[in-house]
Amino acid sequence: MTESRHLLEIQHLKTYFTTFEGVARAVDDVSFHLDRGEVLGVVGESGCGKSVTAQSIMRLIPEPPGKIVGGHIWFDGMDLTTLQPSAMRRIRGDRIAMIFQEPMTSLNPVYTIGDQIAEMFQLHRGMGRREAWRHAVAMLEKVQIPAPHKRASEYPHQLSGGMRQRAMIAMALACDPEILIADEPTTALDVTVQAQILDLMLQLKEDFQTAVMMITHDLGVIAEIAQRVVVMYAGKVVEQAATLPLFEDPKHPYTRGLLRSIPKLGERSKKGRLRLEEIPGMVPGLLDLPPGCRFEPRCPHSMAVCREREPELQDLGSGRLVRCFLYGT
Amino acid sequence: MKTLLQVDELKVHFPIKKGLLGRTVGYVYAVDGVSFTLREGETLGLVGESGCGKTTTGLGVLRLIPTTSGRILYNGEDIARVKAQRMRELRREMQIIFQDPYSSLNPRMTVNQILGDPMDTFGLYPGRQRSERIAFLLEKVGLSPEHGRRYPHEFSGGQRQRIGIARALALDPKIVIGDEPVSALDVSIQAQIINLLLDLQREFGLSYLLIAHDLAVVEYICDRVAVMYLGKIVEMGTYEQIYNHPKHPYTEALLSAVPIPDPKVTRRRILLQGDVPSPIHPPAGCHFHPRCPKRMDICDKERPPLTSLTGDHQVRCFLHA
Ligand SMILES: Nc1ncnc2c1ncn2[C@@H]1O[C@H](COP(=O)(O)OP(=O)(O)OP(=O)(O)O)[C@@H](O)[C@H]1O
Ligand SMILES: Nc1ncnc2c1ncn2[C@@H]1O[C@H](COP(=O)(O)OP(=O)(O)O)[C@@H](O)[C@H]1O
Ligand code: SF4
Ligand code: SF4
Ligand SMILES: [Mg+2]
Ligand SMILES: [Mg+2]
Repeated sequence: MTESRHLLEIQHLKTYFTTFEGVARAVDDVSFHLDRGEVLGVVGESGCGKSVTAQSIMRLIPEPPGKIVGGHIWFDGMDLTTLQPSAMRRIRGDRIAMIFQEPMTSLNPVYTIGDQIAEMFQLHRGMGRREAWRHAVAMLEKVQIPAPHKRASEYPHQLSGGMRQRAMIAMALACDPEILIADEPTTALDVTVQAQILDLMLQLKEDFQTAVMMITHDLGVIAEIAQRVVVMYAGKVVEQAATLPLFEDPKHPYTRGLLRSIPKLGERSKKGRLRLEEIPGMVPGLLDLPPGCRFEPRCPHSMAVCREREPELQDLGSGRLVRCFLYGT
Repeated sequence: MKTLLQVDELKVHFPIKKGLLGRTVGYVYAVDGVSFTLREGETLGLVGESGCGKTTTGLGVLRLIPTTSGRILYNGEDIARVKAQRMRELRREMQIIFQDPYSSLNPRMTVNQILGDPMDTFGLYPGRQRSERIAFLLEKVGLSPEHGRRYPHEFSGGQRQRIGIARALALDPKIVIGDEPVSALDVSIQAQIINLLLDLQREFGLSYLLIAHDLAVVEYICDRVAVMYLGKIVEMGTYEQIYNHPKHPYTEALLSAVPIPDPKVTRRRILLQGDVPSPIHPPAGCHFHPRCPKRMDICDKERPPLTSLTGDHQVRCFLHA
């Protein structure tokens, strides 16, 4: 395999978990890339492998039970899947940062948020305590936390959910990372606060030229902020496209089903209450996956071949990739 | 349409206790004067940010928590005041479905037991009728009789929610309160449950009080919508009035914040500053004034009254008083 012209390129990544019941192929041959300054949306239902993909990039997979068993993750000429832990520690938080749905997973409850952000500057930039603290307060100001001097001396539990999320973003962006991986960063928030956080992320992306990988199950969030989208289903990428064509003309039966199954604001007044299209059945368990296409048991277009073997990811041109026999073998 | 339920100035205040003696040092004004009606066969939506009092309203109406004051008239009877024994009887007609299909079902009971339990409690459907009723309920929610012998952990989230719905329907209720019944479900499963709720409503003439934070789901399902902010309803109307002609600045901001799954749509966002204030010390005057983009001089001094506009449309804001 060769290194990549993209900022980040994931090639045929496989991350499996060994459990008592068997091997869960949580991420199974996933490939996509991320370019400088873009927002890439990664969308899919719970359990489809979004977080495991992100944790693989950050090399945060708990091992055992998990393991990256195949593929490459290219970043600046390095393959992150084989990087030494010490080298990975220098990249993590400095050049690639991550934020989570639950801010308390990355904020430590026993330190003030100012100390935690300052630590990033001390660790990765070799600053002294005072200078690091000054930078920490400046970061809190950048993420629009009111009274940043005062807030810096507070503990995470003293902040509201929205403010904690801002503090976590401040910590993630402290070292001006090239890549920000955001794993459902607004899922636990009210829409009003979600709007503030998305707005903030877009603004910071402009200011810092950070590439953002936005993981979410919310197609609305994707439509609002992503330029390109990767759709995952049961550990596989099933479709990839630029945002507008994906929403206007989804190709994969799963993507189509998803888009038609959600009520859209304002639609009822215009068209009346159309029955929502259901995707029948449910997502298969990773331990008893169907032999052919993983979507086959729920697919309205299922054919004989779909039960026999797995479709490959087809390149349909203009950046559109689809994993489905409807578009060739 | 006949009015089934009329809630008048409902208040639920939780005392805040401190110290060894458990002295009351203040109150959480979780629900602070909420009034609405629910008519036969209709769906009323209750929306608002986290902590505004939606769940507490639902629990208060069913008297699953003690209410502080106010009337809850069900078929003319004030259930805020009826005796416990009578309340037990009334519960048959008012059921609730919870958000979390995982924790709301007893893990040690089979589905047959879960569905049969309320029937036994009320001495209904004796003998063979019991299993017939269970089979009927399972079929209505899209499960099969074999599922009855299994335990909750053997089901997916969507299936568990179906079981929760079947349990709520077991005694032929008139009113079903759904507290975020689809929010814990995967996107591809939500549509199944929404369609099911609408079908059941049509078939059994149910009235729903639907608590939800997803405003697109609420617009899709509800006939009327009430918007809550810090323990009060600030706007109420038909779904068309609320979604197409919102009058309260909070409703406008809330709707403008909903991400729309269509990249061609670009809208003007009304970004609210800050978070919801604490219901322990709600702001003076209009509770919304610290975040309101249209705030006026009077707004931090006086409480805006509830004003009736055209039809059923009501709003609590000085711009419309
Ligand atoms: N048992 C209780 N004791 C004290 N305070 C409570 C209690 N239950 C709820 N509250 C408070 O009452 C307020 C309203 O809570 P409620 O659960 O009704 O909100 P909600 O609108 O349902 O929010 P969410 O969208 O998060 O479910 C909150 O401030 C909450 O913390
Ligand atoms: N530590 C773990 N041990 C075993 N299985 C795991 C572990 N972490 C994740 N998985 C499994 O991997 C699959 C993908 O999970 P995840 O990436 O977290 O999904 P999501 O797309 O919701 O983020 C799931 O089936 C999950 O149960
Ligand atoms: S490969 Fe076959 S089963 Fe899979 S999505 Fe395409 S048509 Fe459906
Ligand atoms: S009363 Fe005043 S502060 Fe309250 S919503 Fe209306 S304009 Fe805004
Ligand atoms: Mg996840
Ligand atoms: Mg609630």
